Amino acid sequence: MGFEVLLKGNNMVRLLAGLAVSLRISLVSVAISIVLGVILGILMALKNPIITVISRVYLEIVRIMPQMVLLFLVYFGTTKAMGINLEAETAAVIVFSFWGTAEMADLVRGALLNIPAIQYESSISLGLNKLQTYRYVIVPQIIRRMIPLSINLITRMIKTTSLVMMIGIVEVLKVGQQIIEANRKASPGAAFGVFLIIFLLYFIACWPISMLSRYLEKRWEN
Amino acid sequence: MEEILKVNNVCKRYEDITVFENMNLTVKKGEVVVIVGPSGCGKSTFLRCLNALEDIQDGEILLDGEKVDAASKNIGSIREKAGMVFQSYDLFPHLTVLQNLMLAPVKVKKRDKKEVEAEALTLLERVGLLTKKDSFPRQLSGGQKQRVAIVRALIMHPEILLLDEITAALDPEMVREVLDVVLSLAKEGRTMIIVTHEMQFARAVADRMVFIDNGRIVEEGNPEEFFDNPKTDRLKQFLQTFSY
Ligand SMILES: Nc1ncnc2c1ncn2[C@@H]1O[C@H](COP(=O)(O)OP(=O)(O)O)[C@@H](O)[C@H]1O
Ligand SMILES: [Mg+2]
Repeated sequence: MGFEVLLKGNNMVRLLAGLAVSLRISLVSVAISIVLGVILGILMALKNPIITVISRVYLEIVRIMPQMVLLFLVYFGTTKAMGINLEAETAAVIVFSFWGTAEMADLVRGALLNIPAIQYESSISLGLNKLQTYRYVIVPQIIRRMIPLSINLITRMIKTTSLVMMIGIVEVLKVGQQIIEANRKASPGAAFGVFLIIFLLYFIACWPISMLSRYLEKRWEN
Repeated sequence: MEEILKVNNVCKRYEDITVFENMNLTVKKGEVVVIVGPSGCGKSTFLRCLNALEDIQDGEILLDGEKVDAASKNIGSIREKAGMVFQSYDLFPHLTVLQNLMLAPVKVKKRDKKEVEAEALTLLERVGLLTKKDSFPRQLSGGQKQRVAIVRALIMHPEILLLDEITAALDPEMVREVLDVVLSLAKEGRTMIIVTHEMQFARAVADRMVFIDNGRIVEEGNPEEFFDNPKTDRLKQFLQTFSY
């Protein structure tokens, strides 16, 4: 079946290290996306016409552009055209943050605009001041709407990191290919075992996150 | 008797429209004033002015002797004195019934949690919702939500309650349970301004009726006179649209 190659040498450790690269890229990107996305989302909710136009164009680019094209553009484009020698992982984080920021900003904007005015008003009527109203009434509602969606974004990013091997990053899928390649003679059936393990690794990484988001969504549904 | 609310020559305008002008109204402690009038005549806007959710362009509103002004420093403590319940359900959806009730007393009045909780439970029992204390608003019917909203206003010990068509969005079979709560509050001597389209209820609960039309008070008086012997044609016409 090909599982035996996994026990050879440090193959299993290499696979796990590859998974760690995937997780690192997505978690760093999500962290950046949350910070920038919250800022942009608030700006978008202010409905300034110039910001609205710019952010629309930005969101549209992210929506229609394959991530692979962006990766190539940032990695090879900047290296070749501008002479900047970007680390592949940095390029990946830039592209993933570019994507994540757009999604987060849209979520924040939606959450902010979806809180009905009556929520502010009834809170103020009860004597809460502005700060208390945000702290106890508005922000908790926004966070509840956003957390499941941002968790969902993390899992999608982890999955999409499989693309980064195209710019030379050795993540889990690439390690798998290397192992299969190296054992082509000795165990020709290694592909199945290796990919199955990778499947399981992705599953172990994403499933708990996905469950957490489902749980929170259920608990907080309004 | 002590005057809780005094509205002097208040005027409310949006850029080019005047919602009302020269509004005058005095409400004494323990009095129940019911305001009626055609839709869009400014009833909600008037109530919202009373706790500075809307600013006013002219005149003065005194609540318990203090000037109501959104810019004043102690506007929070002034707003505490006017408990408001809106037409649309406005409970905080992320908090349970009990948390909805406890938020303002604990965070604004800095009262002791245990003591507030005990009071909240007593009030919930009174409106028949003790078993719902740990429910979220989404698990309640419209009538139950409005009863909780009334309790949430009451627990701040307001000097006056402002109720803006609190049964207008309810299914007919739930109107009764909410109005019964309001009637019992009137009986125990609460000061209230009530905007409603339920004329039978208005007659039963009001000490004084006020009819607003076209941005001014057209007629006011005790409920018997008001309903049985309206003086102005406008009020006659208005009452005829209700076949009570
Ligand atoms: N923000 C606003 N801008 C302009 N006009 C408003 C605004 N809010 C309310 N109005 C107007 O004020 C009038 C009174 O509204 P409202 O107080 O809701 O009436 P009611 O509660 O008696 O039905 C309406 O004609 C409405 O169009
Ligand atoms: Mg109204």
